[in-house]
Amino acid sequence: MLKPLLHGLQVTLKHFFKKPITLQYPDEKWVPPERFRGRLALLCDDNGEPLCVACGLCEKICPCDCITVVPTTGVDGRRMLERYTIDLLSCCFCGLCVEACPLNAITMGDEYELAGFHKEEFVLDSDVLRVTFQNETCRTTPEIR
Amino acid sequence: MYADLVWHLFEIIIIFSVVMGLVAYLTLMERRFLGFFQLRLGPNRVGPMGLLQPIADGLKLFFKEDMIVLHARPFYFVLAPFISFMAVALCFAVVPFSGTTYIADIPTGVLYLMAVSSGGVYGILLGGWSSNNKYSTLGAYRAAAQMISYEIPLALALAGILILSGSFSLVEIVNSQDGMWNIIKQPLGLVIYAVCVLAETNRTPFDFMECENELVAGYQTEYSSMKFGMFYMAEYAHILLASCLITVFYLGGWYGPVLPAYVWFFLKVFLVVFLFIWIRATFPRLRYDQLMALSWKVLLPLSFLNLIATALWIVVV
Repeated sequence: MLKPLLHGLQVTLKHFFKKPITLQYPDEKWVPPERFRGRLALLCDDNGEPLCVACGLCEKICPCDCITVVPTTGVDGRRMLERYTIDLLSCCFCGLCVEACPLNAITMGDEYELAGFHKEEFVLDSDVLRVTFQNETCRTTPEIR
Repeated sequence: MYADLVWHLFEIIIIFSVVMGLVAYLTLMERRFLGFFQLRLGPNRVGPMGLLQPIADGLKLFFKEDMIVLHARPFYFVLAPFISFMAVALCFAVVPFSGTTYIADIPTGVLYLMAVSSGGVYGILLGGWSSNNKYSTLGAYRAAAQMISYEIPLALALAGILILSGSFSLVEIVNSQDGMWNIIKQPLGLVIYAVCVLAETNRTPFDFMECENELVAGYQTEYSSMKFGMFYMAEYAHILLASCLITVFYLGGWYGPVLPAYVWFFLKVFLVVFLFIWIRATFPRLRYDQLMALSWKVLLPLSFLNLIATALWIVVV
């Protein structure tokens, strides 16, 4: 009966001298995995224009109804994006919108530190969402089909 | 004569402040070391390595709402934590920190210790009963029963020490360990004493009374702010007292080769406190009936055995 007790003590003593596994956030941050579904990002081409053509497929597939896409006609007569709004308070980060996009114009980035103080801060506009290719918050370079 | 009195008063203030400081940092040490045992860091944000954490805790307790439950008996409700704390703080008066550093060395030191530390039971009973809450009362009754039933093997283990050293005074007991520490002469006594003192201070594996997941907080449920702080401090002061007493009775007090006396004393106390925290990090807690069975069916006969063996040894050898 005494041996298991002593064995238990030995195990905890061994743990005492091991390095703790605590990650001291915010000094040390965890690197998200490759396919991490963080905040949405609108991909832009080299000129800074979003690749999105405002087809609205992501808006229709979103199960939370948090995306709003406003199309308009550009100077060259082609359909382009006027405003792309996402409500982070409703978004469930499922990634269906990314799968639905026919141009791979949107992706889910690495950002997870999304806290805010007011409700209005959580409705994000296209200026906040856009990222260029090879940006740090967007890991992969999608191909244009 | 007055100079003497003033000097003694000064000595009391110094020793009491040092002890209270140690108690506060004992809480930090426990949380850090428990963390290391559990492969995590304890509090290390407040101040370098968390050294200001006890001060932050104290301030937090001051700022909490201090309430007296509506149908409680207010006088006893406020009195209970003070009784608990006084019972422990008074015991520090006879603990010798080195050959010359102590507040008092009375010739009946051990008797004084046993008597005054038993007063802690009153604090718990009063706290539970005056909360006017069935569950607190029941928790208090069980805590009191636990404490008094573990005091008997404690006293009997001490009786073995008393036989060996021939005196009740703590300084004499330490001085009698000059050549050989009592741990070698009384190994069973040390084990019994350590287990009993773990149960007296309501430490794991005997902390049924204050485990958060089973009884809310037992007799401490209705206490908030500084009254809870007093119970908390009383518990940690009791742990420190128990470690000091184990050092005095079994580990040779302040004796050691090279370093000064009080350094050895605090080193040994630190080791015993580390052992207490180590035990808390390792063992699950005992069920209440297992706890009582351990005291009455195992520790009491063992302590009698220890006493008889020591007495026979003294007579025969």
